[in-house]
Formats: sequence, structure tokens, C-alpha cells
Amino acid sequence: MKRLALLLLTVALPLHAGEIWVTNEKDDTISVIDTDTLEVVRTIPTGERPRGITFSKDFSRVYICASDSDTVQVMDPDTGAILFDLPSGEDPEQFVLAPDDRHIYIANEDDAVTTVVDTQTRQVVAQINVGIEPEGMAISPDGKIAITTSETTNMAHWIDTASHSLFANTLVDSRPRHAEFTADGTTLWVSSEIGGTITVFNVADQTEIGKIRFAITGVNADLVQPVGFKFNPEGTKAFVALGPSNHVAVVNMQSLSVEKYILVGRRVWHMAFSPDNSQLFTTNGVSGDVTVIDVAREEAVKSIKVGRFPWGAAMRPTKSN
Amino acid sequence: MNWTIALAAILHREALRFVGQRGRFVAALVRPLVWLFVFAAGFRAALGLSITPPYQTYITYETYIVPGLCGMILLFNGMQSSLSLVYDREMGSMRLLLTAPLPRWWLLFCKLLAGTLVSLLQCAAFLAIAALWGIRLPLSGYLLALPALALSGLMLGALGLMLSSFIRQLENFAGVMNFVIFPMFFLSSALYPLWKMAEASPRLRDLCNLNPFTHAVELIRFALYGQVNLTAALWVSLALAGFGAAALWGYDPARGVQNRKGQGG
Repeated sequence: MKRLALLLLTVALPLHAGEIWVTNEKDDTISVIDTDTLEVVRTIPTGERPRGITFSKDFSRVYICASDSDTVQVMDPDTGAILFDLPSGEDPEQFVLAPDDRHIYIANEDDAVTTVVDTQTRQVVAQINVGIEPEGMAISPDGKIAITTSETTNMAHWIDTASHSLFANTLVDSRPRHAEFTADGTTLWVSSEIGGTITVFNVADQTEIGKIRFAITGVNADLVQPVGFKFNPEGTKAFVALGPSNHVAVVNMQSLSVEKYILVGRRVWHMAFSPDNSQLFTTNGVSGDVTVIDVAREEAVKSIKVGRFPWGAAMRPTKSN
Repeated sequence: MNWTIALAAILHREALRFVGQRGRFVAALVRPLVWLFVFAAGFRAALGLSITPPYQTYITYETYIVPGLCGMILLFNGMQSSLSLVYDREMGSMRLLLTAPLPRWWLLFCKLLAGTLVSLLQCAAFLAIAALWGIRLPLSGYLLALPALALSGLMLGALGLMLSSFIRQLENFAGVMNFVIFPMFFLSSALYPLWKMAEASPRLRDLCNLNPFTHAVELIRFALYGQVNLTAALWVSLALAGFGAAALWGYDPARGVQNRKGQGG
């Protein structure tokens, strides 16, 4: 009986309240959006040109790529105070936190290297030479493989995280911007901004499984530029931001076909799910807002004004029971 | 008692006409649908229109134009039902109606109500087809839009009544098309947001702002998204009162057109 009452109580409480943290490239700030009220509740100053953003596993720290300050900042998300800066190499754009919650892998756009930093000792562990203008970063769920994509070389570089050496390089279409492993670690997706495609690889032998192409009625093909993307937790659908075409594509992950295009703000970059995965937040660079997508209905419901040129997005739950 | 008999009779006559003239129903539907499927396609705005209230995010042009096309149905229908009054006058059936032992305002109101009900049916059919086409609105919006559509329909119907009291012959009605329907429709927010108008000329925007049809469209637009636009509601109500009073004056046997006609003849 008591347990039932407790259960009812837990159901009644808002279990999934959370925040979406959005980096504003031009304003050097972070806008924090409440996922219940869909309003900006805080604006926090950062280093210059913040782009990539990610939380530690327990959400006690937030890592921010301050590209023009040439550093990765570590912030206390409660106070907004910068705890310390991590060495990052020049012009860090995107990074990824390893599943060990300790090492981060940073793509240094100007240096053609990937830098591995230990967040505890705050030291650079390794620098790995990759192709020209590295940008996208991904790490496999088991932490054994890291991926860097290079914009000019048009390759995905496969890094063995144990030896910090490349063990494979696979060609993709023009200007790869973002890479991500599926949750089961069997496939790797890489988006190509200019090529207008997403290439899907089989992780076991690094061979290409398929390619996803996009076409939106009434929009010039040049504008359809896939950048950031997110998989739903069920692993059935991928949401792909299509840059200046102002649309997010919904892709069936089994058939690799596009099911729908959702109209969002201008130049959509990256996305983050709400804690209960019912909403998806897209950063729209040119229009300076964040569009909220109802995931179940696959429809845009609201656009929220944030700072100038929002770029990265990350979720933090605020109430946990 | 007599009052309800008159109401029932007038509604019945309008219903008979509605059922009898199925072509008219189809024609009234085809007009906004052509705008939606052809005109809106040309201006599709696949990259999205800027956000203006009541919209909360980016929309395509098809979505923008839907409330305006509901307004178009009301406008054309309001004019058409008053056109039928001019016809009634020429045929002599109006004399029968107006000799009923009831206040004239009640008879005119019944006529107005009957016309508005037909308009509402047409709007419902139009919104259903638009939904099939993929332009869906919030479910509650369809219900909440009813009072807005009814008030706007009454206002535009009253405008038609007013005009019909001053028009003596059916032939003159073509002038109404040119001088009332088209300016009202194009000088409004039905096809383009007013800020876009202001880009062309602020004066044009002010003119649109004075147009009661703009306010009818905005009232419908906000209601479809579950919001009340008080300014628009006030403007539409004021216009309804104004046109209604003018129609009453026009149909007043002591002063109105009937009398003038008598003098002329």
C-alpha cells in the first residue's frame, strides 16, 4: 500500500524536468532553456566563440569549446563559474567525452590534429595527426574507437584509443561535419555538408553500408547541407539538421530513407533531446533561435529566441527522483 | 411565437436554396481551394515565413493563408446572400417577406443568420480538405474558431445587407465585386502579413489596418490557434454594429431605398 502511494507520488512529480544549454557563437554566451516552460531562464558568459558543449556523466561539470579562446572551459553548471581551462590545442571546434568520463577528444581545426586531454590531470595525453581541418568527433560506446572527420581531406579517421594511432581512413562526401556511433556501436554515421549526404559505415570492417540523400520540395539542392544529427533512444529514427535549408529530416534507421522534413529556423546546426526524449531542440544559427520539435508528432511547436548564432546544444536534467 | 416561425421559414428557405444549388456550394469551395493549391504553391516559402503572432514557430505560406481563405469564403458568401436579396426584390418575393407582422430588424437578422450558417458549413468543408492536404491546426482551434467565424460571417453578411439596400438592380452587383470584394480582400492580412505591406508602404499598411476584413481574418487566425485577439474582436463587433445599423436604415420604409425607389418611380 505504502509502495503504491509512493509510486503515485513519483508519477505526480515532474520526473523529467530539465534544461537545454545552447552555445551562442557570436554572443560568447550560453542560453539555458527550461524544457517545461520553454523559456530562456539563464544566460551565462563564456570564452570567445563557444561551439561544442557537453556535460560530465553526473552533470556536475559542463565542458565548452571556446574556439577563439583556444581552450576548453570547464564550468560549474549551478553557479556558471569557470572552474578551470583545459589545454586543447588551437581552435577547438567539436569534442567528445569518452565513456570513461575522464578523457576528452578534441578536433583542432587549424592544426590538423586530434588532441586527447585528461580532465583530471588537465594534461594533454596525446596529439594524433589527422586530415586537414578536422571537425566532427565521435567515440564508440565501448570507448575503443574514436573518429575524427576532416573537412578538407573528406575522410573519417578511425583512431585506436588504446594506442592513439589511426587504423583506418574512409572516404566520405565533401566536407564531413559530424560523426556519431549508434547506441549499439555497430554502425557509424558521418554527415557531409557540401556532399549533402550521410554515409553509414559498418564498424566491424569499416565498410560503407549505405548513403542517405536528401531532397526538399521547393528548396535548392545547394542549401540542403546535413550537419548535426541525433538518434532517438529506440534506435529507430535519426533526426538530421539540414543547415541553410531550414529543415530537420526524419530518417528511418533501418531502411535509411527519409520519412519527413520538419520546418525549423534558419541554418539549423545541432540538436539535443529533452530528458524524457519527447522534445528535440534545434539550434538555428542565422535566425538566432531554438526550435522545439514534438518528437512523437514530428512537428515543430515553438521557436525560442536565444543569443546570436546558436550552435551547440546539450541537455541537463534538473530534478531527479 | 411568430418570431420563431419567421426564423424557421427563412432558415428553411436558405437551406432549400443551399441544397438546390449544389453547384454554388462547390463553386464556393473551389475558389479558396484554387488559392490554396495553386496560388500558395507559387509562394510556397519552403524556407519558412518569419514568426508573427499567433504562430510560435516558422510556417509555410500554405499554413499562413488558411485563415485568410476562411475569411474569403465568408466575404464571398456574405455578398452572395445579399445578392439574392436584390434578386428577391426584383422578383417581388421580398415584399412578401417584409410585410410579415414582425420588426424589420428581426427579419433582416434571420436572413443574416441563415447566410452565416451556410458560410460556416463551407468553412468547415474547406478546413477539412486543407487538413487532408496536410495543413493541420491544433484540434481545439477548430472549435474555438467557430465563434470567430460566426462573428466575422455576421459582420460581412451585414455589409452585404447594407449594400443590397442601396443597390437597385442585379446588374449593379458587378460593381460590388470590383469596388468592395477585391479591395477588401487584397487590402488585408489574408494573403500577406501586414509587416510585409509596411515594407511596400506604411500608408498601405494603415489602410489595411482600417479594413474590417483584416480584423476578421486576424480574429479567425488567432482563434484557430486558441488565442483571442481582443483588438480584432472589438473592430469586427464595431463594424457589425455599424453595417447592421446602416442596413436597418437602408431597409427602413420611411427613409430607406424603398421610399426613394417609390419617389423615383
